[in-house]
Amino acid sequence: MLKTMANLKFRVNGRMETVSAAPDTPLLYVLANDLALQGPRFGCGLAQCGSCSVLVNGVETRSCVTPVSSVEGKSITTLEGLPEWYAAQKKLAHAPELHPVQQAFVDEQAVQCGYCFNGMIIKASELLSKNPKPSEAEIRSAMNGHLCRCGTYPRVIKAIQRAANAMAEVAR
Amino acid sequence: MKRLRRRDFLKAGGALVIGFPLGSAVDGQERGNTAGPPDPKQVDTWLAIHADNTATVFIGFAELGQGNSTSLLQIAADELDLEMSQIKTVRLDTNVTPNQGGTYSSASIQRGGPQIRTASAEARLALLQMASKKLDAPADRLTVAKGVVSVKEDGKRSVTYGELVGGKLFKVPFTGSAPVKTPAEYKVVGTRVPRNDVPAKVRGKYVYMQHVRVAGMLHGRVVRPRGQSAYGAGAKVLELDESSIRGIPGARVVRRGDFVGVVAENEWDAVRAARELKVTWDSTPTLPGTAGLYEQMRASKTNDRVVTERGDVNAVLGSAPHVATQICRGPYQAHAPFGPNCALADVKADSALMMCSTQDVYGTRNSLSRLLGLAPEKVRVQYYEGSGTYGHSCYDDVAQAAALMSQLAGKPVRLQFMRWDEHGWDNYGPAHVGEVKAAADASGKIVAYEYHGWQHGWIGVETSAQLTGSAVAEFPAGAVMGVSALNCGGMYEIPNRRLISHMLPTKDYLKGGWLRSPLDLSFSFASEQAIDQLAYLAGIDPYDFRQRNITDARWRGVLDAAAHAAKWTPRRAGASRTDAKVVRGRGIGVGTHLASYGAAVAEIEINRETGHVVAKHLYGAIDAGQVVNPEFVENQISGQLVQTASRMFKEEVTFSKTNVTSVDWKSYPILRFEESPEVTAVVVQHLDQRSTGAGEEVMAAAAGAIANAFFDATGVRMSEYPFTPARVLAALKAG
Repeated sequence: MLKTMANLKFRVNGRMETVSAAPDTPLLYVLANDLALQGPRFGCGLAQCGSCSVLVNGVETRSCVTPVSSVEGKSITTLEGLPEWYAAQKKLAHAPELHPVQQAFVDEQAVQCGYCFNGMIIKASELLSKNPKPSEAEIRSAMNGHLCRCGTYPRVIKAIQRAANAMAEVAR
Repeated sequence: MKRLRRRDFLKAGGALVIGFPLGSAVDGQERGNTAGPPDPKQVDTWLAIHADNTATVFIGFAELGQGNSTSLLQIAADELDLEMSQIKTVRLDTNVTPNQGGTYSSASIQRGGPQIRTASAEARLALLQMASKKLDAPADRLTVAKGVVSVKEDGKRSVTYGELVGGKLFKVPFTGSAPVKTPAEYKVVGTRVPRNDVPAKVRGKYVYMQHVRVAGMLHGRVVRPRGQSAYGAGAKVLELDESSIRGIPGARVVRRGDFVGVVAENEWDAVRAARELKVTWDSTPTLPGTAGLYEQMRASKTNDRVVTERGDVNAVLGSAPHVATQICRGPYQAHAPFGPNCALADVKADSALMMCSTQDVYGTRNSLSRLLGLAPEKVRVQYYEGSGTYGHSCYDDVAQAAALMSQLAGKPVRLQFMRWDEHGWDNYGPAHVGEVKAAADASGKIVAYEYHGWQHGWIGVETSAQLTGSAVAEFPAGAVMGVSALNCGGMYEIPNRRLISHMLPTKDYLKGGWLRSPLDLSFSFASEQAIDQLAYLAGIDPYDFRQRNITDARWRGVLDAAAHAAKWTPRRAGASRTDAKVVRGRGIGVGTHLASYGAAVAEIEINRETGHVVAKHLYGAIDAGQVVNPEFVENQISGQLVQTASRMFKEEVTFSKTNVTSVDWKSYPILRFEESPEVTAVVVQHLDQRSTGAGEEVMAAAAGAIANAFFDATGVRMSEYPFTPARVLAALKAG
């Protein structure tokens, strides 16, 4: 058992971490158990729902099926690290309290149980980092791999539109 | 950024690793050390005032994402003359919070609101009496704002709640006799206060059940067949080969009878061990298979009950000029919480601590007490929100399983159900066959109505207990398990009406449980289509037809609200039909769950070549009496509309003759972003009326509206849902 353990290094929310884990351990379990992060969370373990999403080098990734060994040397951003990630992207002197997407989800009161909102916010942040002014169809398409059981889709779409507008204001 | 790592927490001691300590909320009062429920006849049970002039209200209802942990505080804030920033609550805990019954039937505000309101009023009265002495002024000369009591016309003479009683007990009986405010005096009730839980939820700071860890715990997984058999059959182990997980030294098997699990210090070891443990299960066929379900339901021996019998139904059905018949075949549907249920148990020889996402901490305490052979007061249950559950998902089963595993392992066990455990072993919303016959006279008045419904009830013993050897039992029969007198024509004036419930034996079918608005979608699918047919036969616009047959002012009000929101223009159903490839239709429906009034309009689109159906815009209106927070109820309506579209178009539990086969999001698809409708939510506010439920009541109406929109677009009546492309194409072909 111990023979299969490896010391792995990667960056999480800007900080270098070293963890000892079996290389095939899904990243999700390492983030949740070893690093006590609460953003990525278990939903299906099958990459079907999006509740475990994180950004790996800025790309939305399902941590439940991503072996921890595959992220060695990479930079992971979780929900907790989104404000700093945004500040770095936009070259802001200070990280805001919340990423504009997080703020928009509060402003739209989009949440019900909120369990899916880790993935929703991660995916929407990735989308807006690539496409600052998506159409409604582009939002629906980008978000289509993220499920919500409470039925918050209409408010999530509005929140993403609101965030896009807010980010455009900052850019101006 | 300094962040404590989980392993540092673990080293810090045996306490709860994350979450806030309960003691801090009550300023040194001895709460949490004795078994509850605390005495409901004491004001101190319901709230505490702290020295810093803030209050904690102890609520017995679970936050499930509906916002009740904010809206119940709105009620308390008004009665106490506090601002929302001065008032908070704590998580449910059988040692701390009062027993207000389970969080069922959308009852938080309906049943819990009056208790919180009167308890807060009683506390305010006591505070005014204390202030009167302290300020040497009669109580009727005192005024309160933000928890500061002052003498009218002499604002310098004042004292805060915190100075009067902060950190001490009231020691005042809760009599329920203190006068409560009138709606005209409300400052917070009826307003759109933002939810307390949302900021933490979008930040990743909210502690869901799935996040909870304690020192020294093991990770557990259950080992069961992928997908349940008939309830009565359970799952029988024929052979179990423990050596099959020898390659995972950190993991071991825990077993009692047919209850099998694995535990390990490392979560991934537990996941792998559950996957690799070789168990041979009895695979005797016990189910009809999806294709044979409805036939078996109609052929089974049933226990029949007359729900309603009025007038001479047979004679009028036989002679009326317009007669409609409508069938509904409604499938099993799953709760399928987005995050599978999770629980953490620490069972010792003489006590047990359970952390879980139950909707009823005291109910779960009782069932664990029976399972573990401990007195109820030796079992402490703490509530942590999981993901939305919409009724009796696996939260009790996972708690029982975690308790058994902890007892067997002799350590605390955190049990996370896997996706297939939750999907495959759910207590599904039962399937339904409905047959309705309705008649109208020449003027368009409904004169007769007959409904026959076939369904089974709910389980009375959880799977974990069953697998250890407990005999299966049915949940005690209740009104919402059979044909609904409310949704089966109850909102219309019908002189001749008969409703018959045909109950099937639960043990021969899949596990049943209450799923948001139990059976109501099926009832409305049948009933509201039959009503719509009568409107069509009488040549009357379906909204107009309903207005003619409804006299109750509140039913009429909510119907008007939905029609108005949708800018409904009168015409006969089907009058705008075209032969285009993609056709559009609109439909209207009314419905409820228990006490409120719901109405909906659906605009849907059907591709007649592919059979693909999508809801473009759904409008939902609710009259739930006094709505404490219209924003939250709008969000509930919105969710109900989207979930109804999902249930009408996508969701169906499938099974072979041996097992359920829909065990993940691929085999049990739900609605996604690309097919999500636009929604319009309307709250019909009646501040002067008693509050009734608002979490379920639009779903039945929306199901009926969607079915009626399908007819409007195609001229075809659907008799089965979900409207999968294959089913739609078959129906269109049959005409």
